[in-house]
Amino acid sequence: MRRDIFQAIADPTRRAIITLVALQAMTPNAIAENFNTTRQSVSKHLRILTECELVKPEQRGREIYYSLEVEKMKEIDKWLNQFRRIWEDRFNQLDKVLLTMKKQKK
Amino acid sequence: MTNELLFDFTVDKAAKMVYITREFDAELSLVWDAFTKKELLDQWMAPKPMIAKTKYQDFKVGGKRFYAMISPEGQERWAIQEYTSITPKTNFKMYNAFADKDENPELPGSEWDHTFSEENARPDDPVGRGITKVRIAIYNESLERLERILDGFTQGMKMSLSNLENLLATLSKK
Repeated sequence: MRRDIFQAIADPTRRAIITLVALQAMTPNAIAENFNTTRQSVSKHLRILTECELVKPEQRGREIYYSLEVEKMKEIDKWLNQFRRIWEDRFNQLDKVLLTMKKQKK
Repeated sequence: MTNELLFDFTVDKAAKMVYITREFDAELSLVWDAFTKKELLDQWMAPKPMIAKTKYQDFKVGGKRFYAMISPEGQERWAIQEYTSITPKTNFKMYNAFADKDENPELPGSEWDHTFSEENARPDDPVGRGITKVRIAIYNESLERLERILDGFTQGMKMSLSNLENLLATLSKK
């Protein structure tokens, strides 16, 4: 199942988790210490973030460390830029329409 | 274009809002018309290579605009807009949703809020710039919906590029 990546980052706890693991790879326990919530709930958030490939789990000895997938975050920016470009093109077309309207008015 | 016209595009993913601000080198009444009259909307709203075609429009509160974005291959993507609030030459709001060709909307859609203001003559600038600023705020219940718009656009783009390739191939054979 493909998850909506924007749904994933729409949640404030998940955004906070992203900010934490952006600084350094962390274990679920270390992450949970930063929140006033259950370890179970943090695990759920981590699972969603992992499914969206925004964080990556890595086994180190007996512990799992989660780190940020920087490329995936860049992908979001790239996606938004495409959308921005559509609007740019659209408005350039509108500039031309307005120019024609101005000429017709004279 | 002599003026440096402002363009700002920001997305607040948490609030599911898209904010777009743009200045236009034209007086307010022209810009207002370009955003609210179907003959004019059809000339610029569709991102190339698509074209827009409005089947009907009734610009009043509770009224609708039913239109299609048409790909170069003739594929039609219908959408319906319902005007929820209109303050002439100042602001209008609408609800936008994809639809089938029989006007059945696919919910959820998005809420659009347009605000128009003229950067007109001021005491320190009596002539004025004749610049109109438009601010658009779009609320999307699902940002995935935006992705679909983009997908459709990219597909249309790819298709027309492959058409061009075919055309060039045919031409070079001659």
